[in-house]
Amino acid sequence: MFLFNSILGLSPENIEILKDSFLPLMRGVLAYTIPLSLLSFFIGLVLAVVTALFRISGISVLSGIARVYVSLIRGTPLLVQLFIVYFGLGNLGIEFLKFEPFTGALIAFSLNTGAYASETIRASILSVNKGQWEAASSIGMSYMQSLRRVILPQATRVSIPPLSNSFIGLVKETSLASTILVSEMFRKAQEIVATTYTPLLIYMEAAAIYWAICFILSIIQGGIENKLNRYV
Amino acid sequence: MITATNISKRFGDLEVLKNIDFNVETGKVVVIIGPSGSGKTTLLRCLNLLEQPEEGSLTIDRQTIDFHEKIPKKSIRGFRRLSGMVFQTYNLFPHFTAAENVMEGPVTVQKVPKAKAREKATEILAKVGLKDKVDTHPHQLSGGQQQRVGIARAMAIDPKVMLFDEPTSALDPELIGEVLRVMKQLAEEGRTMVVVTHEMNFAKEVADEVIFMDEGLVVERGSPTDVFENPQEERTKRFLNLLKE
Repeated sequence: MFLFNSILGLSPENIEILKDSFLPLMRGVLAYTIPLSLLSFFIGLVLAVVTALFRISGISVLSGIARVYVSLIRGTPLLVQLFIVYFGLGNLGIEFLKFEPFTGALIAFSLNTGAYASETIRASILSVNKGQWEAASSIGMSYMQSLRRVILPQATRVSIPPLSNSFIGLVKETSLASTILVSEMFRKAQEIVATTYTPLLIYMEAAAIYWAICFILSIIQGGIENKLNRYV
Repeated sequence: MITATNISKRFGDLEVLKNIDFNVETGKVVVIIGPSGSGKTTLLRCLNLLEQPEEGSLTIDRQTIDFHEKIPKKSIRGFRRLSGMVFQTYNLFPHFTAAENVMEGPVTVQKVPKAKAREKATEILAKVGLKDKVDTHPHQLSGGQQQRVGIARAMAIDPKVMLFDEPTSALDPELIGEVLRVMKQLAEEGRTMVVVTHEMNFAKEVADEVIFMDEGLVVERGSPTDVFENPQEERTKRFLNLLKE
């Protein structure tokens, strides 16, 4: 206990700092980290489904667009994408492209999630047995009807574990938004450290909060998987 | 009911069907037999347009498709509803109950109100002997029961003809009988059926006509007695002898 206390420097004074910083950190979580993660994940998912459908459409223009998009996003660092969207586009002098930090982060994270998740969704659509498409066609269903009623519900089950991975990754990556001044949790932590000079303490606290969020998310993932596996 | 003229289909360099002419009269049961790779399954799938031949034309119930022309997707879908397809591996929708599987065609495609579709689905399921399995999911059913749901699903779209693609080949021996009984019952009701199968006893008992295919050609056709008791072609004789061994 002594060692632990001395490493973290857990004097009564430090415990006070931990307590005082908890609320501001949680405010960052609730106001920015969680909304940013959720919103960009959902926008990203929509992009991902569209991109995946483009990829498997067999129409070369569409699959070409999808390939270029995925290649560009996967081939460049998220931090660079964030800077291009926020600082780069903002500097063009076009009013429309001058984003608020939150909006800039939302655009970059959505584009990023969309590219990665599209591969997951494409793989999970392809994992559904070809016989399911045939059975749907044989009763007269159109491509979109087959997809919506038969294929996507089954693909969803397959895609939950990898998509959960992406989402958990995204929650942590939102810390990069601190670099473009979004007051999410990690930005708050940096601000607190600047006044208390206790980096280990505060960054450990931030880490613990990230871990707790991700732990809750994996429990939710387990629940969804159980529900979807019921009929298989 | 079905007239197929000059049907040709190739997969790459392989000619799977070579100028097949084929017709089925209303209310008749035609059984297609032949060694694997003979093209019998491909021919059946062509009738449902799951495969599209490069040549020939196909008429079902006075609707004709000419495979030389580009066929709009909508006509393909409309044409598919003329036939109900039963698959070797059932291909039931695993996330739906038996009733939901049967209702899917009527509700999603034909826009029948749900309550009405369910009523009809229950009726059809009772007919194939699954009255008590209406709300059961496929994974809780035996292979024979699943295939009977498959038959019910195909019947639910009110097809003019029923197509069976080796419907008992994936089943354990003791489950084959229950599926064949249902098929026999449908035949007795006067449904037009085309059946690809290895069940020679079913063919002898139920078929009005037996077609023997080999290497993409119709080698021999005739009544079950003609084909089984008195085959004319060397290839038919050889195939039937192999089955006896």
